[in-house]
Amino acid sequence: MDLAVVVVIQILYAVASLALISIGLAIIFGMMGVINFAHGEFLMMGGYAFIISYNEGVNFWIAMLVVAPVTVAVIGVVVERLIIRHLYGRVIETVLATWGLSLFLIGLAATVLGYHQKGVNPPFGTIRIGAYQEGGYTFFVILVTLALMAALYAGFKYTRWGLIARGTMQNAPMASGIGVNVDRVYATTFGIGAALSGLAGAILAPIAGVLPEIGVTYVVKAFITVIGGGAVALAGTGAASFLFGAVSQAVTFLSRPVVGEVALLVVAIVLLRLLPLGITGRYFRRGL
Amino acid sequence: MTVKRRSFIKTSAAGAATLAAGPYFWPGGASAADTIKGGAIYDLSGDLQLFGKNQWACAEMAIDEINAAGGVLGKKLEVKTYDSQSQMQAYNQYARQMVLRDRVAVVQGGLTSSSREVIRPILHKLKTLYFYNTNYEGGVCDRNFFATGATPGGYVDLLSGEAMKRWGKKVYIMAADYNYGQITAKWIQKAVKDAGGEVVGEEFFPLTVNQFGPTISKIQAAKPDFVMNVFVGPAHASFYGQWASAGMNKKIPMVSTTFGAAGEVVRMPPEIADGILTCYSYYEDLEIPFNKKWLAEFRKRNGTDYGYLTDVPPKDWYGWIFWAKAVNQAGTTKREKVIEVLEGGLTVDGPGGPLTMDAKTHHCTMDMYIGQAKGGKFEIQKKVAQVPPTNTDNRCDLIAKPDTNVMFEPKI
Repeated sequence: MDLAVVVVIQILYAVASLALISIGLAIIFGMMGVINFAHGEFLMMGGYAFIISYNEGVNFWIAMLVVAPVTVAVIGVVVERLIIRHLYGRVIETVLATWGLSLFLIGLAATVLGYHQKGVNPPFGTIRIGAYQEGGYTFFVILVTLALMAALYAGFKYTRWGLIARGTMQNAPMASGIGVNVDRVYATTFGIGAALSGLAGAILAPIAGVLPEIGVTYVVKAFITVIGGGAVALAGTGAASFLFGAVSQAVTFLSRPVVGEVALLVVAIVLLRLLPLGITGRYFRRGL
Repeated sequence: MTVKRRSFIKTSAAGAATLAAGPYFWPGGASAADTIKGGAIYDLSGDLQLFGKNQWACAEMAIDEINAAGGVLGKKLEVKTYDSQSQMQAYNQYARQMVLRDRVAVVQGGLTSSSREVIRPILHKLKTLYFYNTNYEGGVCDRNFFATGATPGGYVDLLSGEAMKRWGKKVYIMAADYNYGQITAKWIQKAVKDAGGEVVGEEFFPLTVNQFGPTISKIQAAKPDFVMNVFVGPAHASFYGQWASAGMNKKIPMVSTTFGAAGEVVRMPPEIADGILTCYSYYEDLEIPFNKKWLAEFRKRNGTDYGYLTDVPPKDWYGWIFWAKAVNQAGTTKREKVIEVLEGGLTVDGPGGPLTMDAKTHHCTMDMYIGQAKGGKFEIQKKVAQVPPTNTDNRCDLIAKPDTNVMFEPKI
């Protein structure tokens, strides 16, 4: 019985962490159509912003929930203004540019920040479940991901700014025609995507550690999740995280980690064979 | 640019004049006579620079020491350094370049087993000595190849033996899912069984896995007396935070063959790292007079922002000193003569204590230490003097069979 509870918690955690690392990319790639190969490095920089500001004496929660996303949002807006805005609609060029950006950011982090920034101990104690014990931080990650998804949904669905952003992504010339400053909407939306990536990187920092190359670990899974999700960014990413996270974690429990990794990829391939436009190509099409 | 006949003649004439002026304008010609050349290849940029930079820092220190003490055969040792950028094709290209163009007398360097297996056959074929100075899975048996690093045949026994003495006989193994992890896990299996212990679980992790929740639950169910890991790379380093988050670091002791090799003890907060048991042939905290002087010099040259040195980087210091000493004793850089001297039981004293080259295996006998992570460094708790390289169960004998060129895997 206690094992069943632990398995369910672990599966929820796998789903949440997959959604967490993908959510920024869901906005930048899913909504805006920018293939951002530097996504993993946005996560990495969020992690660094968090641990460095925390070790400099900033309050733990402010460092994680404010400093990290704001820092990466600023970097994101600068990147958008300098590089990305020249490349909207040019897929191949974007791939090359963001790949170069990724290498540059890794090199920059290795040179300037180095490999020896002190990490952060995960807060909260542990929770006993029968013969097992689970870190309180696991529950924190699950809850904060849920809250983040809900906030994003509300932001895009119910605010005026959300309406303008969605309209601009659907039809930029038309939005421009009715007086929307399209440039600014693009920059802001990119910034929000970057901020979410930075936040995710900070949240994962205590249980994943921060190194210049850590982004590489995330970027592939994030892309698989967002592509598996399809055109409807938020609902799609949520659904794909659920499918991929649950399958890979359940298989890992039943067999071995390497089989779990394989299962994730197999499910992704089968899914895209059956639903080439991702989950939201057929289901939740009216979602967000 | 267009080439005109006159300017072409002028330039050519100038070039010819330079050539004619001879060695003075042509450094290659001059240095060939009064220096001796060596080749170094390290991962100075890219994913492995974390190791490569410290390796080169130690190698450079050795080279400067050699030159300050009069050089090699009375000549200056000039080492040409190549940055592999952590890429295997660069190892291939530079290894050939070092031998064929630079005409070096020895090549040292490399970190990963894959990089070693790229350049070792090349250097074997081109008859140029190769020193590999990393602790690795062991078993290479090649007359052209010398290893100064520790191999699991020596340290796995010590480490698992010490842990079993402290905590009990039930062991759970976690290892990286490739060559190094698989082979080292086999050694752990063997060591634990030989000592009357029991392996209650064993799991392998691809290098990209950074989620360890299910495994942590499985360990909780298996209730081992301690966990022994062979983790590699940044994704696996995520384990320790998750282990601590679940409160397991206070319940089940952790033993590692790799923790601390990449400065983890500096990077991870003590709440996460404290208590992890390791076994290396070098720790910064060794109370050896040689080490105090050596480390002070290292810090003077490199500052303090380099992490924490354990086994790997100082071995590149040993490697260069070994070769220079052998050449000076042989009185020549000729490969055969140098190998003979190295096989004559050559010993080099250094920061981790004396290393002696074993004639049969071309690996080293060395002092090993048990260190436990504590407050951002290691507390040295035990010394085992002069551990021989037993990694090939006496199957490797380069004196009896000098033509051997294989890599032995443990028979278990």
